[in-house]
Amino acid sequence: MIAQRFALGLMTLFAASLLIFGGTEILPGDLASAILQNNATPESLAAMRKELGLDRPAATRYAEWLSGAAHGDFGHSLANKREVANEIAPRLKNTIFLALYAAVIAVPLAVGLGLLAAINQGGVFDRVVNVVTLMTISVPEYFLAYLLIKYLSVQFGFFPSLANVTPNTPILDRMTLTFLPMVTLVLVITAHMMRMTRASVLSVMASPYIEMALLKGLPKWRIVVRHAFPNALAPIISVVALNLAYLIVGVVIVEAVFVYPGLGQLMVDAVSKHDVPVVQACGLIFAAAFILLNMGADILAIMTNPRLRHAR
Amino acid sequence: MTGSPAEAQETLLTVKDLRIEVRTDRGPGPVLVDDVSFTLRRGEVLGLIGESGAGKSTIGLSTLGYSRSGCVVSGGSMMMGGQDIRTMTGAQRRGLRGRGVAYIAQSAAASFNPSITIMDQVCEVAIRQGLMNKAEAEAAARALFRELELPNPDTFGSRYPHQVSGGQLQRAMAAMAMAARPDLLVFDEPTTALDVTTQVDVLASFRKLIREHRTAALYITHDLAVVAQIADRIMVLRRGKMVELGTARQILNEPREDYTKRLVAERAFGQTSTPAGRDAEKPLLSVNRVWASYSKFANVISDVSVELRRGDTVAVVGESGSGKSTLARVIVGLLPRSEGEISFGGQVLSPRLAGRSKDQLRRVQMIYQIPDVALNPRQTLLDVIGRPMKFYFNRSNEEVRARVLDLLRQIDLPESFITRYPSELSGGQKQRVSIARALAAEPDIIICDEITSALDQLVAEEILRLLKRLQDDLGIAYLFITHDLGTVKRIANKVVVMLKGRVVAAGETAEVFTPPHHPYTELLLSSVPEMRGEWLDEVLVRRGAIAAAAKASVATA
Amino acid sequence: MTVEALTPDAIAPRRRRSIRLFGHKPNLTAWIGLIIIALNIAVAVLAPLIAPYPQADIVGDAWADPDRLHWLGLDNLGRDILSRLIYGARLSIGLSSLITGLAFVIGIVCGFTAATLGGWVDAVLSRIVDLLLSMPVLIFAFMILSVLGTDIPVLIGTIALLNATLVFRLARAVAMTIASLEYVEAAKVRGEGTWWVISREILPNAIPPLAAEFGLRFCFTFLLIAALSFLGLGIQPPLADWGSMVKDYRDMINLDSAAPLYPAAAIAILTIGVNFVVDWMLSIHSRGHGEPA
Repeated sequence: MIAQRFALGLMTLFAASLLIFGGTEILPGDLASAILQNNATPESLAAMRKELGLDRPAATRYAEWLSGAAHGDFGHSLANKREVANEIAPRLKNTIFLALYAAVIAVPLAVGLGLLAAINQGGVFDRVVNVVTLMTISVPEYFLAYLLIKYLSVQFGFFPSLANVTPNTPILDRMTLTFLPMVTLVLVITAHMMRMTRASVLSVMASPYIEMALLKGLPKWRIVVRHAFPNALAPIISVVALNLAYLIVGVVIVEAVFVYPGLGQLMVDAVSKHDVPVVQACGLIFAAAFILLNMGADILAIMTNPRLRHAR
Repeated sequence: MTGSPAEAQETLLTVKDLRIEVRTDRGPGPVLVDDVSFTLRRGEVLGLIGESGAGKSTIGLSTLGYSRSGCVVSGGSMMMGGQDIRTMTGAQRRGLRGRGVAYIAQSAAASFNPSITIMDQVCEVAIRQGLMNKAEAEAAARALFRELELPNPDTFGSRYPHQVSGGQLQRAMAAMAMAARPDLLVFDEPTTALDVTTQVDVLASFRKLIREHRTAALYITHDLAVVAQIADRIMVLRRGKMVELGTARQILNEPREDYTKRLVAERAFGQTSTPAGRDAEKPLLSVNRVWASYSKFANVISDVSVELRRGDTVAVVGESGSGKSTLARVIVGLLPRSEGEISFGGQVLSPRLAGRSKDQLRRVQMIYQIPDVALNPRQTLLDVIGRPMKFYFNRSNEEVRARVLDLLRQIDLPESFITRYPSELSGGQKQRVSIARALAAEPDIIICDEITSALDQLVAEEILRLLKRLQDDLGIAYLFITHDLGTVKRIANKVVVMLKGRVVAAGETAEVFTPPHHPYTELLLSSVPEMRGEWLDEVLVRRGAIAAAAKASVATA
Repeated sequence: MTVEALTPDAIAPRRRRSIRLFGHKPNLTAWIGLIIIALNIAVAVLAPLIAPYPQADIVGDAWADPDRLHWLGLDNLGRDILSRLIYGARLSIGLSSLITGLAFVIGIVCGFTAATLGGWVDAVLSRIVDLLLSMPVLIFAFMILSVLGTDIPVLIGTIALLNATLVFRLARAVAMTIASLEYVEAAKVRGEGTWWVISREILPNAIPPLAAEFGLRFCFTFLLIAALSFLGLGIQPPLADWGSMVKDYRDMINLDSAAPLYPAAAIAILTIGVNFVVDWMLSIHSRGHGEPA
């Protein structure tokens, strides 16, 4: 069962790599014309194609690219001819740092608040939280980010509005510099995660075996901890994984707002410069993170399901 | 049936003028229970009986100091051990539940926590209430498993709920309820979801448990014959009000109120003589040695043959999983048969829907079990009933309208219903509309798939009468699929008994149902509760032999 | 007459008429949402009538502060921010509606087809959708835009396709559920054609769940276009939607100006409004109506 899911994850990753390669290489208007844009003459196009190796069959190039990628070799950037891998490495670290920073704070916060809201279902806390989180998930990340900048940074100067870290920035400064981007991400994913946690706990709490536990005279804490939580665990895990996957998208925009030198920024730049090798590499990394998270969630859900753990 | 006279005197629970209503945001809603009073002595079993909406579960839950969300106990008192359950504090209520009063729900599969072993769930109350330590509680649980005749009582508890069968889980729930030795057990339709043959055993072990421990019980059910086996006294409820309260014998034999009389009469009204189909006539529908399956590996029905003549009512009976509904799907062509032949009016029917002519489709109509999903909620009754006329006969709008009004009259619904949507009808009314839709096609055969099992007893009775009348007027043949042998005896002139996808007995109803019968038929027949208090005792005496014979016959089938 | 037909409460009361949406009365937040949506649509449609100035006219100094004539101040070129917001509504809302509509047509047609036909058609369509959804939508959009450039037709096609995959999944699931109900089976047994079954039996019952999805997809599209524009990969100058206005005004935030917050707030308010309505619609679906027996 778990092995099956693992194999499916690998297959999906493979399919995604095909899609990324195919999407950028086979679509009409190939790489060469994309680079040359309006300056393309038939001669320069042909020369460029040769230089890029586009005259060889796509399947060969895909195989080379994939085996290179597996070894951490993503080829050379078209914009500055540097090795893509070297370009990516420090930025990937930055992005992972920011994402982890946000996740470490958001996950316990969201699960805790979600449980609280579920226990007080229909109460004042629950209703207020429902409206507030609904608003938070509706608004774009940059709106929250600029609000934070305007009030916490510009007006009162609590935190810096630019997250211009360098590889040598010490960890504490790094945490201060990335404080506002972190808060923005936390706000967005906490709201999502909290709502979904609340919903999954509520659906468990509505099941007849919880009513039965109540009719057995068990105290509320025991019903929640012993009877509801183990059954809500699987849905909560998948909620968390789903939202961490969502972080990937959030990160791109938040990095742009705070001019944070992460992978998202790099990818956005590469897209506007049509720097395909960089776009491919970033896309593959984002897709891999997304697929791994989803796979991890499914595997954990399988492991926590009593029906699957104890077969008939 | 009660214990010693001294014990029987001691009053356990006194419910007086109980009133429970729904409270919505906009103030009080409908009253669910109104002015209900009864007393319960130690060791006594009171049966609460009524149709859906009678308020019987609501009363049962209220004795645990519990009402489902939105409901409030708004009047009366429930005295138990010198205290009013209504005014208990949260802590007192928790002490009451499990220890004073315990609850046994209809669906054990849903009421057991899927991620905790049965043993842990059974022992939980006794340990939590501080009555026993873990070892004592587990020993007591094993004793209860043994008493309830569960298989391998010593290891049974280590299993998870999904690893045991429905009947076993239902008994495990009784063990869970008994774990803290409560004074009162509330049984809420505990055998309704089980097959008849399982029901007998579960019912017998419940009765044994109650008697041996001298526990008082409220036994909630819609089935008078079931309650007759277990209750000392019976209270009949209707729409939240008490209709009649008396000893089981008095309610069953000399009911005073009209409503009770109707409930009792339903079972008693015996076999009406159905005009048998003239055997000399050629069969209208003939299913000849048909096999079918959903996957390659397991046949759902194997080697089934059925014949239907004009005016016939052929009942196909069997327990869940017997393949009886699959047979219906194969006949109408929803599931193509893999072998065998189905012919209609002498012509062989194509296995698939797409291969049948419009006229062939028209002449075999179907009515479904759950009326709520059988009618498109976005169509008015005019559209629902009128569509077959347009589709098969291409009638004009005026003709359709006139004919729909005609059919509404035939099924005893007011003409004004023509503009209504299904959601505005009651369950019985919806089922009537389903019948009208089938009639609109002017069919020769109607296949009725468990059409009364989702309906209340008296409503179901009306539907059966209606079908009978339509048959007398129009000469339609019915293929009546059901698990309820009581119904079969009354309406069918021929019976086909199915077990695990095969026909084990077939023939004239009287013939199949008179001895000597096939062992499985006998097992089924003997499992149908009768409205005599002695029935369960009698059947238990005979049962060992019957079950053994049935098992042997299943093995050879 | 029979016993059952005589009993008074066996006949359910007819519904009373009042303001209803999908047969239910909107709650407070839903009303707020509906009003926000209506105002936004009105502004978009009536832009030339409402806007104080034409959107491209330079009416004063760059970054002039708000005053009585220019309520939100002027932008980097000296254009009236309020007027640009009002015109921006046209592009933002119009484009999103168009894309969502397109995605729905594609998604529902494919989803219903897959659900009713089943077999290899279903398998092929489902696998394609799985493939397209194997990575985050924004990242996928980046891949396509990096090759095809950021023309509006490319934008429309890409986002509509990505949205359609999500609509497809829901439409297929909804249609599968409804198709397994017995009234659909009854129509099939009657011999009705596929077209009748889809259009008369399935579609009318699929509309309520799909309506909520339309709101969600609209928000998704609207936010995605705005995000792309904000990143400089969406709507290109001289056209301006709300997302690109945020980008154009972003540096002003460090000068303690609220300029980038106006378009960002406009985006936020509309999505909040739509989500309020969607949330209410979803709550009516999930609300159990089982009465205790």
